[in-house]
Amino acid sequence: MKPEDLNTPHKPTWCPGCGNYAIWVALKNAVAKLELDPSRVVISYGIGCSGNENNFVGTYAFHSLHGRPVPPANGIKMVNHELTVIAVSGDGDAYGEGGNHFIHACRGNHDITYLVHNNEMYSLTTGQASPTSQKGMPSKSTPEGVLERPLNPIALALTAEATFVARGFSGKEEHLTDLMVKAIQHKGFSLVDILQPCVTFNKLNTFPYFYERVYDLQKEGYQPNDKEKAFKKAQEWGERIPIGIFYQEKRPAYHSELFSIKEKPLVRQSLAGIDITKSMRELV
Amino acid sequence: MKQNSISINNLNWKIAGEAGYGIKASGLMFAKACARGGLQIFDYSEYPSLIRGGHNTYQVNVSEEEVFSPQSEVNLLVALNQDTIDFHKDELSNQAGVIYEQEDKKIEITSLKKNNCQLFPVPLSRLAKENGGKEIMRNSVALGASFALLNYDFKYLQSVIQDSFQKKGKEVIDLNVKIAEAGFNYVSQNFDVAKYPYQLKHLKSSPRMVLTGNEAIALGAIQAGCKFISAYPMTPATPILHYLASQQKNHNLIVKQTEDEISAITMAIGANYAGVRAMTCTSGGGFSLMVEGLGLAGMTETPLVIAEVQRPGPATGLPTWTEQADLRFLIHAAQGEFPRIIIAPGDVEESFYATQSAFNLAEKYQLPVFILSDKFLAESNKSQEFFDPKIIKIERGALLTNTQLQKMRKYRRYAFAKSGISPRSIPGQKGGIFNANSDEHDQFGYSSEDAENRARMMEKRLGKLDQVALEIPDPILYGPAKADLTLIAWGSTKGPIIEAMKLFEKNRIRVNFLHVMYVYPFPAEKVKEVIRKAKKMVLIENNATAQLGSLIREFTGIEIDRKLLKFSGRPFYPSEIYQYLTDNFKK
Repeated sequence: MKPEDLNTPHKPTWCPGCGNYAIWVALKNAVAKLELDPSRVVISYGIGCSGNENNFVGTYAFHSLHGRPVPPANGIKMVNHELTVIAVSGDGDAYGEGGNHFIHACRGNHDITYLVHNNEMYSLTTGQASPTSQKGMPSKSTPEGVLERPLNPIALALTAEATFVARGFSGKEEHLTDLMVKAIQHKGFSLVDILQPCVTFNKLNTFPYFYERVYDLQKEGYQPNDKEKAFKKAQEWGERIPIGIFYQEKRPAYHSELFSIKEKPLVRQSLAGIDITKSMRELV
Repeated sequence: MKQNSISINNLNWKIAGEAGYGIKASGLMFAKACARGGLQIFDYSEYPSLIRGGHNTYQVNVSEEEVFSPQSEVNLLVALNQDTIDFHKDELSNQAGVIYEQEDKKIEITSLKKNNCQLFPVPLSRLAKENGGKEIMRNSVALGASFALLNYDFKYLQSVIQDSFQKKGKEVIDLNVKIAEAGFNYVSQNFDVAKYPYQLKHLKSSPRMVLTGNEAIALGAIQAGCKFISAYPMTPATPILHYLASQQKNHNLIVKQTEDEISAITMAIGANYAGVRAMTCTSGGGFSLMVEGLGLAGMTETPLVIAEVQRPGPATGLPTWTEQADLRFLIHAAQGEFPRIIIAPGDVEESFYATQSAFNLAEKYQLPVFILSDKFLAESNKSQEFFDPKIIKIERGALLTNTQLQKMRKYRRYAFAKSGISPRSIPGQKGGIFNANSDEHDQFGYSSEDAENRARMMEKRLGKLDQVALEIPDPILYGPAKADLTLIAWGSTKGPIIEAMKLFEKNRIRVNFLHVMYVYPFPAEKVKEVIRKAKKMVLIENNATAQLGSLIREFTGIEIDRKLLKFSGRPFYPSEIYQYLTDNFKK
């Protein structure tokens, strides 16, 4: 399968130069590289510029609500764990509206891959501050600058017990593809927080801003097997911004500990011959 | 009751005390012991929203024929503390019995002397301790004492104790039986039980369950092939979650407690989308959070069953009490216009079958279906014949097979079918790839803002409701076809009304009753037909604004101005319905 096979009749509607294009290409590359059958891949999308990708990728798609791509993805995985399940969202989606689902999916180690298009901005609503906007950044809703400090998705995922925590950059498409491949292969919850410049509304976190700062953790010999070190690395943001895998550990995925699907996925279990006689007798 | 007449198998027993005294467990044991002797029961419990302290009550209405509600008059009261006497002395019937803690000097019974009742002081705690138990086990003493007084064979209580403590082992079983027996023997030896005019006598019958509306919903879900439930705890819906969790190994279910209600509903939608039957359950407050998810199911045409077990609102409201005030809320919940079905069962049996039907309707019409219950129905136990699993078969609706999909050149999930129902594929099926899209979408599911497409999609989705209306059962008219008074109600008020009708019948007043179970889409034709024939109509609802009344007006143009509304958090008693109607509608 070629990545182009995953195209749909609809072309992306993002602004020219948007960071989402490279993420889109990387996702198709990763699915093709892993030779996944598109009919056995489900992507659950949130709402925002990132969520609009539901029209441009030819797998099964579930375009949920703002902040909600994760719970349906978890539900899909639990009832049919033979499928590859990916969730796609933006920073407002994942860390604002859907913050609660995010932390609980981490600790549950649900075997889904969470691709967060993080442009430090609400863009489809034309430019308001997001949970990851830097302090002081002016936006339409914060003309005097954001008062809060930005949320740190990497540190949050680590605290919430995620088993695969990574950061990519949409300016490094090959590296991003590789991260997505590893994240999808990981058995358990994987976060790929993706730095994605919004060329229309974010005048601070631009492509040049990131090109000057990002470096590849793995190229510098960083081993993602130590949570304390990962926490320390997660704090690094300024002149140098690390991308790559911060942390990875082996832990049973949520569905693998569900006794009811030990033999076969729930969706393939027959509904014939359900017998509640014993249950009714217990109520006598 | 006259001094010397004996009332057999017609009893209202009540036990009360602080939360943490084990009131609920012993009440259920009393109910089951009656049911095992072939008697019919309906129980009702009241408790505040806390774990220790407060006042808990549990009452069991016992009869030879099927009973559908509690009654207000108490014939045998078990008082574990002074509050029980103070709060319930006015509920005592003539010649009622009161069993109370003999050695608790704080229990003041002088107030009872005015009542024409019989007092049975029993050393409940001492008997528990003397027989090797703890003070809390005085409940078992009280159960034994109650059945001795009622002249009822001890073996039924013994068998219930054996089954209730089965998991705790023989030692615990033997101890509890011994303690209950001590209470039984104490009363037999110290009182002339023949003078107490209420008795229970076992009858021959096939075994009956003792279960709540919640358990009936959960059993209905299992029988309907529901394999997945995601929910967040909220009284009074939580027992559905508990029961399914207790049954997950027997029936291979996935039961997921989620981080919040938004997750619960959207996860259940994801599970349905992926091809299994899935549900969620909550009360009004939790459903407030789920509202956006309801719209998601509506827009993506994903089947979904939601059990909404009402409690009085708004906000936290009265967490452990009852009300029927969410009907309008469910009809209108979520932005935009899309179809949904609301089924409000009136009793335990209907809760079971309605849940099975809910899953069939959800898949057939690819839309959300509510089971709308309330605390009163959901948490009251009733004796019940075994359900017949064969009556309603699993019908999964238009699910495409792999072969069907392979024959299609280009699959359109949301094809403009004449019926409005476009066949579904599920993820994993080759050739079935589609976009389940919360945005307005074209026939493939791709986002579309085209005006004509939008209008056609709206017609397609909303049109399904017209077909639902043709299929759903009509409201049932209980009682004679011709009557002087016609009552109309929905959901759980059915129980007290059916019981009130027994009183009318006894007094030869011709009353009939239209019960609306399939509330939405609203069965306008049948309701209109009954109203046209009625001499006088009275609306009975457990809410403040007569929500069914407003639906009748909306869909039939008829205003029913006689209303009996109760919104104190308490259910109706049959006697108050009877009293109100006889007071207000004398010939």
